Amino acid sequence: MNDRDASSANEAPAEESRVLDESAVREAKKASPSLVTLRAQEPGRERDTEVVLTLDDVTCYYGAFAAVSGVSFDIAKHDITALIGPSGCGKSTLLRTLNRMNDLIPTARVVGRVLYHGEDIYDPEVDPVEVRRRIGMVFQKPNPFPKSIYDNVAFGPRLNNPKAKDLDDIVEQSLRRAALWDEVKDKLGESGYALSGGQQQRLCIARAIATEPDVVLMDEPCSALDPIATLRIEELMFELKKDYTIIIVTHNMQQAARVSDRTAFFTVDVDDALGARTGRLVEFDDTGKIFTRPTHKATEDYITGRFG
Amino acid sequence: MSVLNTAPVGYRSLKDVDAQARKRRRADRRAKRIMMVAMATAVVPLILILWVVVQKGYQVINLTFFAEDVMPFRREGGGFRNGFFGTAYIMVIAIAMAVPLGIGAAVYLVEYGRGRFASMVRFFTDVMTGIPSIFVGLFVYAILVIGTVRIGFGTFVGAVAIALMMLPIVVRASEEMLKLVPDSLRNAAFGLGARRWQSVTRVVLPAAAPGLATSSMLAIARGIGETAPLILTALGSLTLITTFQGERQSALPLLIYDSATQPFPAGIARAWGGALCLLAITLIFTIGARIVGSRLAIREES
Repeated sequence: MNDRDASSANEAPAEESRVLDESAVREAKKASPSLVTLRAQEPGRERDTEVVLTLDDVTCYYGAFAAVSGVSFDIAKHDITALIGPSGCGKSTLLRTLNRMNDLIPTARVVGRVLYHGEDIYDPEVDPVEVRRRIGMVFQKPNPFPKSIYDNVAFGPRLNNPKAKDLDDIVEQSLRRAALWDEVKDKLGESGYALSGGQQQRLCIARAIATEPDVVLMDEPCSALDPIATLRIEELMFELKKDYTIIIVTHNMQQAARVSDRTAFFTVDVDDALGARTGRLVEFDDTGKIFTRPTHKATEDYITGRFG
Repeated sequence: MSVLNTAPVGYRSLKDVDAQARKRRRADRRAKRIMMVAMATAVVPLILILWVVVQKGYQVINLTFFAEDVMPFRREGGGFRNGFFGTAYIMVIAIAMAVPLGIGAAVYLVEYGRGRFASMVRFFTDVMTGIPSIFVGLFVYAILVIGTVRIGFGTFVGAVAIALMMLPIVVRASEEMLKLVPDSLRNAAFGLGARRWQSVTRVVLPAAAPGLATSSMLAIARGIGETAPLILTALGSLTLITTFQGERQSALPLLIYDSATQPFPAGIARAWGGALCLLAITLIFTIGARIVGSRLAIREES
């Protein structure tokens, strides 16, 4: 399925969709500071200790079945937290519970607490719409609206204030932060569909940050993109974490290793009698530790490719 | 045929086909021929209708046909002006009622509708699509014309009957169009903190707009030719009527019906002319619906 996504992304009409070869990759790397360089600056960085999100024994149900069960960990400000694990381990479900997107699925139910700066986002007095405004989301497949690039980015701000005056400013700032401004500044009136897959995804990121969220959730944001577009998004995430807290679900372990500060590894328990698959958190730690000296055998097996 | 584990047979000519395969090929050709005959038989009456209507109708169509009111059936000349006007008048009112209501109901079914109530609405719209049109006429007649409300015959009650005929078509066709809007767009809107209503008005409806126009046009094409509901509501008139309600109103199908049921060649010839015009109008709306529908802006690569 991912292969098909990637190929359809390649067909998108734009300069990014040239044939992938090594020189193109080198060029893309030259264009901006490489991740390796960025990573090298990392150890000196003062890690924020402020906790933005706390998961406290969170279990997500679809109907009677738990998709992921008993998850507890903290997410620190300005960190990139990666959720990894095999298919069906509930990492996407868990991500969607963090901004109450799962409320939209009729049978979905959450037990346990998700604290946002200490406030339970599932408190009956909390409006899910408000949660989604603070905690934005970028989806697996680029999903721009069938509107102009400008209108796509202005969508969020206009929801709150239809007559916002500084819209031009917000749009420009958001596109700049999403590293898309230079590519689209002359064609803001064109449809978002006219962009390549990678540009569309950056447009979706610009759209998400235009609402000035605090946290950005990314659900496999690169799975439909080619390696060059993926690299761009990863660099972008590195830039964005100065201002935002990012949580990313990824199937790509190199990606988790490259971009994230902390990693949560999930696994799936299959109950053959009921046919139920329930995910659970195995290990949550610094990414460096997860990928070099994991505490659990299951983690090591998965990251070294001995699993599945 | 053969057991697995046998060694490969080796080369055999491609033209060396066994009896079973030849039998299958014959069955295949036979099936294709039968389907072609079925298709041709189905198309013949359609083409005949078109041909007869054009052949018999084109002679009476000239400027006076649109400019003059209907003549007594035995006399030549005159036109269907009152019918064209009446149909346009009735349709405008009927569209104003059926399209917003129908699209509203479809939005409810797709965006809000869950559980029992929605499936009940869906079931009854399905039933309504199949209701004989004379029942609708009878219903409006019983309630509005002589019944509890008692406002008599007229343009408005005719429009109510036509709107009732159009409504289920608008609802079901619009529902299908709204379902075509990918959920990924709704999720994107919700992810940005949109309320349901905001996602409907800013994302779903604009994305589905061409489709909604198509569904409305299909319903118009259907409603414009309805005769039975009008017999008991608009009743028909021989002159141009501009009154909203209270006076008998004319309509194209009614004039065709009245002219064709009289034994006078002049009236029957005009009926064919009216039929040709009605056919042309219906065709325009149907083709228009196709063209607009093909411009559907919704796109999802999956």
